[in-house]
Amino acid sequence: MLIKVNGQDKEVPEGSNILSLLDAFKLTPDKVAVELNRRLVKTALYGNALESGDQVEIVTFVGGG
Amino acid sequence: MDVLRIGKFEVTNRLFVGTGKYATHELMQQALAASACQVVTVAVRRERLVDKEGRSLLDFLDLSKYIILPNTAGCFTADDAIRVSLLGRDLLEKQGNKGAGWVKLEVLGDKKTLLPDPVGTLEATKELVKEGFTVLAYTSDDPRSAVRIKEAGAASVMPAGSPIGSGQGILNPLNISLCLELLKENDRGFPVIVDAGVGTASDVTIAMEIGADGVLLNTGIAHAKDPAKMATAMRHALDAGRLAYQSGRIPKKRYATASSPFEGVISYIPGE
Repeated sequence: MLIKVNGQDKEVPEGSNILSLLDAFKLTPDKVAVELNRRLVKTALYGNALESGDQVEIVTFVGGG
Repeated sequence: MDVLRIGKFEVTNRLFVGTGKYATHELMQQALAASACQVVTVAVRRERLVDKEGRSLLDFLDLSKYIILPNTAGCFTADDAIRVSLLGRDLLEKQGNKGAGWVKLEVLGDKKTLLPDPVGTLEATKELVKEGFTVLAYTSDDPRSAVRIKEAGAASVMPAGSPIGSGQGILNPLNISLCLELLKENDRGFPVIVDAGVGTASDVTIAMEIGADGVLLNTGIAHAKDPAKMATAMRHALDAGRLAYQSGRIPKKRYATASSPFEGVISYIPGE
């Protein structure tokens, strides 16, 4: 199924969730924060299945003032 | 101890330093250490999903030492600023950092001036307060906007000295002092932090001398030729301004007043 991750189209297997997505990008859940369709997802819910067309944002901290 | 209270947060160093725009992470670390700051600001951005080899900022910040203050830089609507605030808080909660729960709110008007949008800032402040945030709101030096933002529930108002990264210093000290006067009326402890525009040490001193509770800066240190040395200068400048403010400066007078007595002079004095 096709989803959007950080603004880019991404083909992922059916049943994918945020955990599997983070794993695919070699990211650890405690070093990122995640939004699904513009709403924050708490870590406990990272196992919930994603749906086709979902928009995921994976963010972290960068230098800023 | 000269403690600064911002909502439930307490800090003992009044210089807030940004982590952006350093040539290297190591230079940033040296500058932060030299500034003696306790609070550092960070931005929330998309994780780089391709060629992720560079280490992240979090690897270079001692999270047990610094209180992280996440900003909403790059947000031009209240809605986006709220999203970014929630993401920042979530990240800090995961890190167990004391900064989880406060935010440096920026709702900007346009990319060229980066001046704050007062209406968006006000909207976002109200929402974030409802969400339980301690809001430190970046605003212009307009005293009335500052008062409105305080009334909306901000824990601190942060008027700009001049545009972000411009290095122009405190362009309108009168407005900043009016912000201070109005915000602190019957509420002396209300924290006001001058944010943005600092170019060099004297800018920090001026802000503190007129009664600001703290100064937030980034570019002035990060883009100095020697960031660590400039950070040291900023640290001393802050102390100088704070001490001068607390000491109670003399009023400005039109004419001279001699420091040496005239009584007993042996000299000719004009007009006498």
